[in-house]
Amino acid sequence: MTNEPVLRMEGITKIFSGVTALSNVSLELERGEVHALVGENGAGKSTLIKIMTGAYTRDGGQMFLEDREVDFRTPEDAQDEGVVAVYQEVNLLTYRTVAENIYLGREPRRFGLIDWKRMNAEAAALLKRLGLDIDPRAPLGSLNIALRQMVAIARGVSFNAKVVVLDEPTSSLTEHEVQILYDVIRRLKSEGTAVVYISHRFDELYTVCDRVTILRDGKFVATRPLAGLEKIDLVCLMLGKQREELRQGTTAFKYAGAAAGETPLMSAENLKRGRKLNDVTVEVARGEIVGMAGLLGSGRTETARAIFGADNVEAGEVRLEGKTIKRGSVNEAIDSGIAFLTEDRKAEGIIPELSVRENLTLAALPALSTLGVVSRARQQEIVDKFMKRLGIKAANADQKIRELSGGNQQKVLLARWLCKNPKFLILDEPTRGIDIGAKGEIQSLVGELAESGLGVLMISSELEELVEGSSRVVVMRDGQRVGELRGDEISQDNIIRAMAEGTTGEATAASTATAHVTDTTPPAAEPPSKGA
Amino acid sequence: MQNATPVNSAGAGTRRTLLADYGPTYGALAALVLLVLANALLTPNFADVNNLRNILLQVAPTVLVAVGMTLVIATGGIDLSVGSVMAIAAALAATNLERGLLPAVLLGLVAALAVGFINGALISGFRIQPIIVTLALLITGRGVAQVISRGGQIILIDNRNFMSLGKGFVGPVPMSVLVMLLVVAVAIFVMRATSFGRYVVAVGGNEAAARLAGVKVHRTKIMVYALSGLLAGLAGLIEAAKAEASDATKVGLYIELDAIAAVVVGGTPLTGGRVTVVGTLIGALIMQVITTSFNMLGIGFAWSLVLKAAIILVAVYIQRPRVA
Repeated sequence: MTNEPVLRMEGITKIFSGVTALSNVSLELERGEVHALVGENGAGKSTLIKIMTGAYTRDGGQMFLEDREVDFRTPEDAQDEGVVAVYQEVNLLTYRTVAENIYLGREPRRFGLIDWKRMNAEAAALLKRLGLDIDPRAPLGSLNIALRQMVAIARGVSFNAKVVVLDEPTSSLTEHEVQILYDVIRRLKSEGTAVVYISHRFDELYTVCDRVTILRDGKFVATRPLAGLEKIDLVCLMLGKQREELRQGTTAFKYAGAAAGETPLMSAENLKRGRKLNDVTVEVARGEIVGMAGLLGSGRTETARAIFGADNVEAGEVRLEGKTIKRGSVNEAIDSGIAFLTEDRKAEGIIPELSVRENLTLAALPALSTLGVVSRARQQEIVDKFMKRLGIKAANADQKIRELSGGNQQKVLLARWLCKNPKFLILDEPTRGIDIGAKGEIQSLVGELAESGLGVLMISSELEELVEGSSRVVVMRDGQRVGELRGDEISQDNIIRAMAEGTTGEATAASTATAHVTDTTPPAAEPPSKGA
Repeated sequence: MQNATPVNSAGAGTRRTLLADYGPTYGALAALVLLVLANALLTPNFADVNNLRNILLQVAPTVLVAVGMTLVIATGGIDLSVGSVMAIAAALAATNLERGLLPAVLLGLVAALAVGFINGALISGFRIQPIIVTLALLITGRGVAQVISRGGQIILIDNRNFMSLGKGFVGPVPMSVLVMLLVVAVAIFVMRATSFGRYVVAVGGNEAAARLAGVKVHRTKIMVYALSGLLAGLAGLIEAAKAEASDATKVGLYIELDAIAAVVVGGTPLTGGRVTVVGTLIGALIMQVITTSFNMLGIGFAWSLVLKAAIILVAVYIQRPRVA
């Protein structure tokens, strides 16, 4: 690998209507390197990529392509210069052929007409160069997702690409297909193309990438060679923690910790869903708050959704009070007493045009109605009770929920479940993006609920919240459960270490860089029917 | 976060919410009142009781269809098949009147309900876009109606009891107008006071969130299309009774467009998530008043179409999503 930079971005700043998304970020890509770009939510990865590939214009900073200052106004500008992005959702035409897709918009022409022969020949040569056995005349729709993605990459490469950005390229691929992708990446690399690789999976980063640039909250944190960078240091850089530093006493939990060991209230066993969830087992006892830690894409939310029946799993069983819950049925989960506060309030929580009252009672309507007619009196009673209990600040119950602050919206959504008297509550990032006051109120409420016997599974990116709120912390990485911390073991330090390396031997095998090789078994067929 | 709305007094909040809620409907109501007043002054004989009753008579089938359409649109869907459903119901009833009034009417309504159910099942179960599914039923349905009518013949009706559905009176009120008012009243009640009504707007407002809150999304969608079918069937029977015949090629032709226009002008957005049944009634009346008055003033029918188009555009413009 030579060390000449292909692309340099210096002091890049981007402001969206007053909010700084990127502040003074730098990135340098060398010829023939695979460069990982990592960061948690809101780090600014996609903004940076969009500026690099001309989809956004920057508000400050400079960009150099092979030491020449460039200024891409549109993605076409960037493509013409050989800087292309291949996005997660493949944006290609299903009913056109592979060759047409690759050369869409710049088909080779002869006498003004498309030169099909040349186009197909060139496409065939290109695919061969990438080591792909794909017929350029095949309609794209006849290929599976992985091959379509490879076609998308081939399209990118066909612009004489100097820089190819791959945004979460493996998210819809199987283990075998990931290997094909790796092969393509290695070929690009050997041709001197710089590849920017965005992924949340550590196993992939360590397998395929040379260097990593870490962003956090729109700021540049560091660029490091991956060889020799300990995972724990990488996690610390992503989360903005010092390895030695430990802070405590900043959240509002007053929770002593429950006695573990009794029969679990909820047990989820061996949940499996593609590469997103691999044999995940979680148990929660009555009155217990179990924290769940993990980086973005580690399988935290997937676990929650699997337990709640929101996604279909290929294998696994969820039991509440010993009773098996039908797989993939939200209504079964709700009826048996499970509640789920989603991570994405806007997309999966609020019904924006409905009032606070209607949002709050949405899940409880069956209990509030007689022959389908909602009892106004009972509805009002519940709404009054929970607005008061949770301190929901709204003009009145008829105000539309979209007009409320994030914290108050979250309280309404929490009330939506609490008014059903659930037995087990799943909280996915319960305090993200809400003000300090509401945050403390929600945290102490969750503590009180647990004391009164509710079981809680709390997913959070905030380590303080997990350390102070949980009696146990389950740690996830790359779709697997890699550790569990109890009692005195629960500290930010240990959580970070577990996120990076796994803990108590339960997953040491999975913590090596070759983890992906260990589970190459094809997606298991449905297991024999679930027992009693 | 960005939309933290500090509200000083509860009173102010209520008023603002109400205005925001009913703004489009009030706009439509104002337009209707204006139209009626202007016509009362300028159009000779417009304010005559007979004329006003006539307007209601003519608008009744459209309103019935539009009420069903309102529910469908509130879930974020659309039902283009309503006109063909009307034709099927009319043809079935007309060809079976010799078996008696009740069997004929029931047959028509059950068939209409079934077509709506098929719409809903295809849309919800197979995830095909509503516009495609109901377009298919619009095409097939008209064919089916002609087959039922012995190959597209006009079936004459001479059952007096059946005809009273379109021509009869209860006191001074025409039967069909009474049916229309009853349906509107029930629909208002359903949308305001039942959990089903709540689910309809929840599904239209945020389907993913509704599903995760335990709302039975499939069932809700199937229900609204089935109801839309049923109401279209009722409208078809009224049309046939009024005409004293069932013409499978004509009954309900293009009524889907009038119904969608009434819904939109009334203030239910095509994106779903909000609903106003009263608005739909007002929207349909606006359209009918324009048609009738242009007719009475001797202005070409074509011009009434132009004015209607303008009103639809204005209504949609007023309702466009406000950027927060």
